[in-house]
Amino acid sequence: MIYVFDYATLKLIWWVFVGVLLIGFAVMDGKDLGLGTLLPFVGRSDDERRVMLNTIGPHWEGNQVWFITAGGATFAAWPLVYATAFSGFYVALILTLFALFFRPVGFDYRSKVPDPRWRNAWDWGIFIGGTVPLLVFGVAFGNLLQGVPFHFDQDLRVHYTGSFVGLLNPFALLAGVVSVSLLAMHGAIYLQLRTEGAVLRRAATAGRIAGSVFIVTFAGAGAWLVMGIEGYAITAMPPANSAFMPLAKTVAHGPGSWLRGAPLHPWTVIVPLVGIVAALLALAASRRRAMLAFVLSATAVVCVVLTAGFALFPFVMPSSTDPRSSLTLYDSVSSHRTLQIMFWATLIFLPLIIAYTGWAYRVMRGKITERQVREAGPALY
Amino acid sequence: MPDLDVVDLSRLQFATTALYHFLFVPLTLGLSWILVIMESVYVMTGKEIYRDMTRFWGKLFGINFVMGVATGITMEFQFGTNWAYYSHYVGDIFGAPLALEGLMAFFLESTFVGMFFFSWDRLTKVQHLLVTFLVALGSNLSALWILIANAWMQNPVGAEFNHETMRMELTSFYDLLFNPVAGPKFVHTVAAGYVAASVFVLGISSWYLLRGRDPSFAIRSFAVASGFGLASALSVIVLGDESGYSTGEVQKVKLAAIEAEWETEKPPASFTVFGWPDQKAEKTHFAIKVPWLMGLIATRSFDTPVAGIKDLKHEHETRIRNGMLAYAALQRVRGGDRSAEALAEFNRRKSDLGYGLLLKKYTANVVDATPDQIRSAVADTIPNVAPLFWSFRIMVALSLWFLFLFVAAFVILARRRLAENRWLLRVALWSIPLPWIAMSLGWIVAEYGRQPWSISEVLPTHLSVSTVTVGQVWFSLAGFVAFYTALLVVELYLMFKYARLGPSSLGTGRYHFEAAAVPLKGAV
Repeated sequence: MIYVFDYATLKLIWWVFVGVLLIGFAVMDGKDLGLGTLLPFVGRSDDERRVMLNTIGPHWEGNQVWFITAGGATFAAWPLVYATAFSGFYVALILTLFALFFRPVGFDYRSKVPDPRWRNAWDWGIFIGGTVPLLVFGVAFGNLLQGVPFHFDQDLRVHYTGSFVGLLNPFALLAGVVSVSLLAMHGAIYLQLRTEGAVLRRAATAGRIAGSVFIVTFAGAGAWLVMGIEGYAITAMPPANSAFMPLAKTVAHGPGSWLRGAPLHPWTVIVPLVGIVAALLALAASRRRAMLAFVLSATAVVCVVLTAGFALFPFVMPSSTDPRSSLTLYDSVSSHRTLQIMFWATLIFLPLIIAYTGWAYRVMRGKITERQVREAGPALY
Repeated sequence: MPDLDVVDLSRLQFATTALYHFLFVPLTLGLSWILVIMESVYVMTGKEIYRDMTRFWGKLFGINFVMGVATGITMEFQFGTNWAYYSHYVGDIFGAPLALEGLMAFFLESTFVGMFFFSWDRLTKVQHLLVTFLVALGSNLSALWILIANAWMQNPVGAEFNHETMRMELTSFYDLLFNPVAGPKFVHTVAAGYVAASVFVLGISSWYLLRGRDPSFAIRSFAVASGFGLASALSVIVLGDESGYSTGEVQKVKLAAIEAEWETEKPPASFTVFGWPDQKAEKTHFAIKVPWLMGLIATRSFDTPVAGIKDLKHEHETRIRNGMLAYAALQRVRGGDRSAEALAEFNRRKSDLGYGLLLKKYTANVVDATPDQIRSAVADTIPNVAPLFWSFRIMVALSLWFLFLFVAAFVILARRRLAENRWLLRVALWSIPLPWIAMSLGWIVAEYGRQPWSISEVLPTHLSVSTVTVGQVWFSLAGFVAFYTALLVVELYLMFKYARLGPSSLGTGRYHFEAAAVPLKGAV
């Protein structure tokens, strides 16, 4: 087999690719999840809620695949991360799956029976299906930044020694609020692009509230991270170009912030600041220039994901109880061959996905109105 | 060493969630092509009724599709939550087809399924047909990648154990893709989905015909289903036979268990049609045998023997003993002895490492296993014969029934004798649940028959699980069963509601329940 990139480079590329998939998930599906959080509050009547649901009606299924593919790509490229994170956060992830069940069925089944009790029940199902996953993802990142209690034995079997309740610590809960408020804002700004009248007005209010909560909590979490959270740093490891497993390195864990512990590049510090500015500008622009506001809000989402990624770099999942068991982008990865095959596959298919997703949005563009959904009857959600 | 309760519960959870998932997948696989056929006729003839057919069966497709999506999310993440050691041990190979499924297939299917429902007024006829086609293509490609992954569990080709990383690693992507088990398995599985969808459309159309409702709509749907179903039922059987042949090549144990073949017979082996397998006595009571048939199916020859269970057990004992030496050699290498001699010793024996790992169930050290423990491990290598024997026979009988049903439907329809043959309509209606029984039994044969391995001859199931607690798995298992059952009840309620309503649910004003309200809308 001919290797175009050496192993070390591919390891780095795959850190970028997983990041791209997570960003795709946050920007595309995140707005649908955030819209689920807003559904019972921004939509007061059945017609209004139908308007909201139909703005994402043709797209939520495709958007949700970002989540599935991020999971699959993690399995293929970072099998140890896939194994450790999902079995370690077992209860949290199972709860997320339960919540996600409500979404596909909620979207499709809600419209199939006109009874208001039926529809109201599904609306709360969609609310849970949006809010719980967002909260869990935020809490999970909050825990990753603090380190998670797990270690490997000699057979490389992972042992998780924490508990579900242990995940719900103050910093992680704050990160959960960051996640929910960020994507509620993103969903609200998307709604302003695709609706009018009462829904648009309420979406604007909701966007301002969620945006303010996001800016305050994100800045607060950032300050806390810099001042109060112990960081991790690799002190010795085999050459990045070789194949090795987590226990082969040594890691220091102790006082000193993430920003000092994991110095990717000094300029990465501006990323969270850009995120906050983008959110402020998005809220300001949302009234007149909805498309620009959506791009700015997406920028804020991208910056938040990047902030977490840069802060952790090169770690993916640090271990608080046995630091050398920590998972990094160097030692949790698949073989050189698998990384390269999956590199080409991603390079070919990701642009195609973006192209046909863009086409789908273009075909379905335009405002959804209450009159439209009333006239369409069962032809729309 | 993992807790056995966790192993059993995790297996039960995987089997339950996978079988639930596969209640919905087949209809997606088959109905999507039926929609393509109906819409193609609409594009070619311009007859509105074919558009209505596409939209109505598309509605039922949608009710089913979202359940497939909801239960499918679990499958993508369950390897990580419950099978963490498996994910580490074979993720280098197994993860790739799952990721490719997302990138190449599931994105395609899911992006265009939304367009299928909502873009009727925004696209030209041909464009919309292309959208429908891409949904069908995406869902079937999705099945292809998943079955490539599954075929690798049955026959792990193109991979090798790496002692540095303590896992299996890919050596040939080509071998993974063109695994001899994968091709027949894919066609057999999707064709089974096509049969299920055809029986579904045939049965519901028959019900409309029995009631005398919307006959022109029903008879056209009946016609599409009978044609598509006939072709599919034939390929299920032919490819099932091909599957049998590839099983005979690489999964001798599964084949012997399905056939309850205790002794290696003089070739060509006979096929046991019926009997009562008794695992303890290693005998099949009251066996009725057809001479030669087994040898022909499994080896395509008159002179190749089909191995019996007793001989396979002897072979396994040798491999387990060799596996103990492989494990000892691995411990030596991992302990730091990287001498050429130590590595050569390990490499010579590593193909039996998996057999050595079977002993981990009895002794953590493997190398100190007692003769009793070895005997237990050998007994473990043979799956439970009776459930496989029966599941397989019921599956085959059902597939022959589907062939009969579609031949009858096709012939009677072609001769325009449906009205005189109302029995056929009734039989078609009551056949609707049968494909689901056949497919579930098929999966039980394939996966239960793979035991005690999660990856054949490489990784035992009992080592594959996560280090989670029994309480956690009870929590998730109870939750999955409760949620899935509740959602299944809702799904069936809607499916019955819309199937009963028929094309009247489209609101075109052209069908049975709308006859009185014709002037309302869309009548012109």
